Amino acid sequence: MAESLNAKITALFDEPGCNTNVAKGEKARKKGCSKPLQPGAAAGGCAFDGAKIALQPITDVVHLVHGPLACEGNGWDNRHAASSGPTLYRIGATTDITETDIIMGNGEKRLYRAMREVVERYAPPAIFVYSTCVTALIGDDINAVCRHATEKFGIPCIPVNAPGFVGSKNLGNKLAGEALLDHVIGTMEPEVTTPTDINILGDYNLSGELWQVKPLLEQLGIRLNACITGDARYREVATAHRARVNMMVCSTALINVARKMEERWGIPYFEGSFYGISDTSEALRTLARLLVAQGADAGLIVRAENLIEAEEKRAWSRLDAYRSRLAGKRVLLYTGGVKSWSIVSALQEMGMVIVSTSVRKSTDNDKQKIKDLMGGDAHMVNSIPPREMYAQLRRGDADILLSGGRTQFVALKARTPWLDINQERHHAFAGYDGMVTLVRQLDASLSNPVWKDVRRLAPWEQEDGETGFDDEGVPALVPIG
Amino acid sequence: MATIIQRRKAASLNPLKSSAPLGAALAYLGIEKGIPLFHGAQGCTSFALVLSVRHFKEAIPLQTTAMDEVATVLGGASNLEEALLTLVRRMKPGFIGVATTALVETRGEDSEGDLRLIMERNPELAETKVVLASTPDYAGALEEGWASATTAIINSLVEPWSPSIRAFQQINVLPGVHQTPADIEALREIIESFGFYPVILPDISYSLDGHIAESWVPTSLGGTSLSEIANMARAVHTIAIGEHMRAPADTLTAVTGVPATVFPTLTGLEPSDRLVSLLARLSLRPVPGRLRRQRAQLVDAMLDGHFHFGGKRVAIAADPDLLFSLAQFFSGMGASIVTAIASTGGNRSLQHIPVETVVVGDLVDLEDGAAQAGADLLVTHSHGRQAAARLGVPLMRVGFPIFDRLGVSHEETVGYRGTRSLIFRVANQFLDESHACGPEDFESAIPAPVIITEEGRHASGTFATH
Repeated sequence: MAESLNAKITALFDEPGCNTNVAKGEKARKKGCSKPLQPGAAAGGCAFDGAKIALQPITDVVHLVHGPLACEGNGWDNRHAASSGPTLYRIGATTDITETDIIMGNGEKRLYRAMREVVERYAPPAIFVYSTCVTALIGDDINAVCRHATEKFGIPCIPVNAPGFVGSKNLGNKLAGEALLDHVIGTMEPEVTTPTDINILGDYNLSGELWQVKPLLEQLGIRLNACITGDARYREVATAHRARVNMMVCSTALINVARKMEERWGIPYFEGSFYGISDTSEALRTLARLLVAQGADAGLIVRAENLIEAEEKRAWSRLDAYRSRLAGKRVLLYTGGVKSWSIVSALQEMGMVIVSTSVRKSTDNDKQKIKDLMGGDAHMVNSIPPREMYAQLRRGDADILLSGGRTQFVALKARTPWLDINQERHHAFAGYDGMVTLVRQLDASLSNPVWKDVRRLAPWEQEDGETGFDDEGVPALVPIG
Repeated sequence: MATIIQRRKAASLNPLKSSAPLGAALAYLGIEKGIPLFHGAQGCTSFALVLSVRHFKEAIPLQTTAMDEVATVLGGASNLEEALLTLVRRMKPGFIGVATTALVETRGEDSEGDLRLIMERNPELAETKVVLASTPDYAGALEEGWASATTAIINSLVEPWSPSIRAFQQINVLPGVHQTPADIEALREIIESFGFYPVILPDISYSLDGHIAESWVPTSLGGTSLSEIANMARAVHTIAIGEHMRAPADTLTAVTGVPATVFPTLTGLEPSDRLVSLLARLSLRPVPGRLRRQRAQLVDAMLDGHFHFGGKRVAIAADPDLLFSLAQFFSGMGASIVTAIASTGGNRSLQHIPVETVVVGDLVDLEDGAAQAGADLLVTHSHGRQAAARLGVPLMRVGFPIFDRLGVSHEETVGYRGTRSLIFRVANQFLDESHACGPEDFESAIPAPVIITEEGRHASGTFATH
């Protein structure tokens, strides 16, 4: 692996903008924040996956993956990052290198020819080129190829150095951010700027969530200069350095981008969320305050408060119909993503009960975590092994599981309602409107008569007595908060 | 004989292929209490896992040796060892199938040798059968991975023929990667109807068919049992489906001495007839009435269906044996194959596809070919949806992955009954496209203008020149 990539990763792990990192001692900080993976028990994507996730939503460019087939072939067009126009980003482009390319050292040449073919066929405003394990291992220099291609083709060709083996999806997000900082952001000047221009960092417009938020901003006269990278155009990202405020939504995924944009161009940033009613209000409030501090019209703060009051009222009145139907229902929220926890307060407001694994055996630290959850600050719940979760759901410890696709079948096989709240979901849950959608989906799932029917034993099974499942020693799910 | 064209393009745009390790994983999932393990970086597993879950809509127990930067530099043997020990400790599988990925293969690791040493020094692995197939992502696709894994299983787990083995009324079946759980179930029924006991390797009919189990199972939900695999030498015959299963079939014959027949396809009247008559010959039994009736229904379906196939222009992109099977089917029903795109070029069935040229390419080749030829139907996996939308041509989803349809595991295409249902599926899709006629559909009926310039002569020339 190239020296520069090593240096980059070391630097990324030493992120002054990250509270966890700052709280560490000198020695712990040097180790970085990558958790060692356990072979045979690892789950989740690689750094390449993370880089692709973070950049793919740039809609008008071609994303070209330099590697053997699997990296792109097994994963393209698999998320619902929506576009309001261009569709070029949905093309699965890869060099699909062969054994011969590897043995003969033809990788770089093949990449260059592939870029030429892409330019000839699609004439994109830019190409993003991704390295992968194999092409990094054989030493293909995608930086050099991109530099050369940029000159030859007259369009920016952006190298993204995040081969899978360097680490996790989260590291990949950050490496993608570095690629934007090194090659994209600040390379073009916007045609117009306003005192209320903002960027949103870390939103990928999954299932169109950006469009649940954008009208709120527009109502306030706040102009979204660039969303990095949901529904973005190359030009918007390239001119993002002229915004007045950066809002970072996906926790720490692009914190390096936010901090460095502050260093280079003096753009203040804050971490906020558009999930949940109070979080959405808080985000709008903070945006208004920071914009005014940056010189926007002071009336913005009042307008924001008025909008918040009206929209909160509207959202709650839309939710009212569901309150009696959902009150008392027990929700197992199983996700690492901090943003999903920000819906907790809204669910509780609906009278729903959040359940978690028993805290009796937990350490003080864990208990503190669960307490913090209710403030929307904790990142992880204790992981529950699938066998235990199956038993808990089968036993009826919770009425519904809210999680990502990985645990979908644990719930379904236990004949328990399940709602997808991770990136692969098909519904948009952002802003005030998104909360209404979420609650509507919750209700649709919980009230479906199918659950009663599928839990019923077959007549001959009833005669035999209930067929057992193994829940020995499985801790109970108990209400928290 | 079709000419096979290997493209010279450097970029694969909208790939048709899924990777070889994924094919191997699917095969390993057809073994009872099995877990597939990818030897490589964790992303390889993650992508394959997500894709398989989207296709089957089932939990897929796929694991990874999670090679990081250190392992990439120093070698992955200790990761392989740790992964095997962890899996055995946590999930107690009966079988672990290892598929190598491009990362370890590019490093040139001797994974076979590593595995041997690991098995020798870890007594806690003794209860678990571990098999390894070499499946670098940069060579081949699903078919190659599936076939390599099957061959590896045969080499490691089938007991060679010996005089003590008693022949049994058993038929071995080596299905191709393009067979669905429903296909395998149908084959089982056909074989059983002749009084035979089928041993199907790999058998995904119970592990990937989508059913609710009585408890949480961390491994595959079903599949060929290890004892059945060990006893494959007891069979009287082996049936392999698809040219890509020829190598596994040859290996099985070499190990067991059981003769094998490779069926290039089992879709269509004639191939089904061949299967049924082989079974009748081997069993010395008459063809059961149920199969005779299914044959009669298929012939009727062909008669009813041919109206809708005749003259239709079909563009197909698929893995080679599926491409061959579908191309035979469509052209046998009267449609013409205007574009044939194969994911890989090594399969000998490709040259027997009823077209002039078969292009080894991607879905952009399919799109361009279909546009140029004015195709009436695109036939490929779900990723063809973008092309279908751009061209305004209907898409029939076949192969892997199909992530935007339910019930994929229950689509049946083999034998009389499977062919019958395939005919109806396609004919119905064509019927959807038929429209009520208007005057604009009959432009060719408008008489050519006749301009008389002088008596007895037409403007277009003299009669003499006609």
